[in-house]
Amino acid sequence: MANEWPLWEVFIRSQHGLAHKHVGSLHAADPEMAIRNARDVYTRRNEGVSIWAVRSSDVVASSPGDKEALFEPANSKIYRHPTFFPMPEEVKHL
Amino acid sequence: MYAQMVDTGVRSVKGQAEMTTEERAFQARIDADIRIEPKDWMPEAYRRTLIRQVSQHAHSEIVGMLPEGNWVTRAPSLKRKAILMAKIQDEAGHGLYLYSAAETLGITRDQMVADLHSGKAKYSSIFNYPTLSWADIGAIGWLVDGAAIMNQIPLCRCSFGPYARAMVRICKEESFHQRQGYDIMLSLSRGTAEQKAMAQDALNRWWWPSLMMFGPPDAESVHSAQSAAWKIKILSNDELRQRFVDQTVPQADYLGITMPDPDLQWNPERNHYEFGAIDWSEFMEVLKGNGPCNRDRLATRVKAWDDGAWVRDAAMAHAAKRASRQQVA
Repeated sequence: MANEWPLWEVFIRSQHGLAHKHVGSLHAADPEMAIRNARDVYTRRNEGVSIWAVRSSDVVASSPGDKEALFEPANSKIYRHPTFFPMPEEVKHL
Repeated sequence: MYAQMVDTGVRSVKGQAEMTTEERAFQARIDADIRIEPKDWMPEAYRRTLIRQVSQHAHSEIVGMLPEGNWVTRAPSLKRKAILMAKIQDEAGHGLYLYSAAETLGITRDQMVADLHSGKAKYSSIFNYPTLSWADIGAIGWLVDGAAIMNQIPLCRCSFGPYARAMVRICKEESFHQRQGYDIMLSLSRGTAEQKAMAQDALNRWWWPSLMMFGPPDAESVHSAQSAAWKIKILSNDELRQRFVDQTVPQADYLGITMPDPDLQWNPERNHYEFGAIDWSEFMEVLKGNGPCNRDRLATRVKAWDDGAWVRDAAMAHAAKRASRQQVA
């Protein structure tokens, strides 16, 4: 039980030119096995053309407790969205 | 279902007044359909219940490979064999997605495996029945996977993010399983009298255990209210069972085979099929370990785990050796 294979997070890039997206996790003893297992577990139906595997212990994550401090300041800065600025009907290409 | 009679560890659902501030905030998020994520605060009972439910679901996927594996070498054609292997590989995948979801709740994979092998954790009652003929592979895909889909589609909306996301992936893949099963049943029912009899025999043996998969009647279901309040159970056992019967009976009619239930009949007033009484003593016996295959299934899993121990250890030793060489270089 002490010898459990480490956990890896798996990211797949689909064929459509989008960025790698987190799809789940798996256990593997080493990087090669992580890629091979990811291929079997997460790409059985042409889900992707590229795999990233990252040791879960290497992922740095924000904590739910910091959610307000991190993300709330953006709420009041609605001028960051183009719709904040009303444009005259007559003016085009803006 | 794939997770049956999951113990919530609570005797009654707490009212607002009995809840702590944290519990109230948690319940409010669930009521507002905001997903709970692994690092969010959650009541200990919610966490434990989900570990039981998700791991039971995962174990069911893994043990569920065994009855089907029984027919890989005897599939009637190379095409059927390739399809069956793909289906079994999917089941392994589904088990792995679910184990990963459970691990986010703070239990290790090895602990879950140990709990399955010690008998502490359960898997679905349905996998304790034998696959006696090729037609059983058809009946499993059609009925067992059909029943699973019925339960899993609502679970895509369940309150725990990793479980809901695993369910979305699984549901996408599961309808292939149901169709391949029905396709086998179609071939048999269009075949010789002997083949049609095989299809009927498989239906006779799998129908009642499939209905039992949904779990005991709502009136006797102790933990459903809490699970429903937490949105880890979306529809009740009886609702799901009724939906399953309503959708499956016309499919059997098309095949020209009949459910082994003399009381089955359409009720135009209720707009549902009425069906006969389920033998719940059989269900309870299977859960207790006295089904036709319980001992065999568990022994097979334990043997596979024990026989593979040296491979797991060797892979870790190899990885450690290579890592240490890299450090030197």
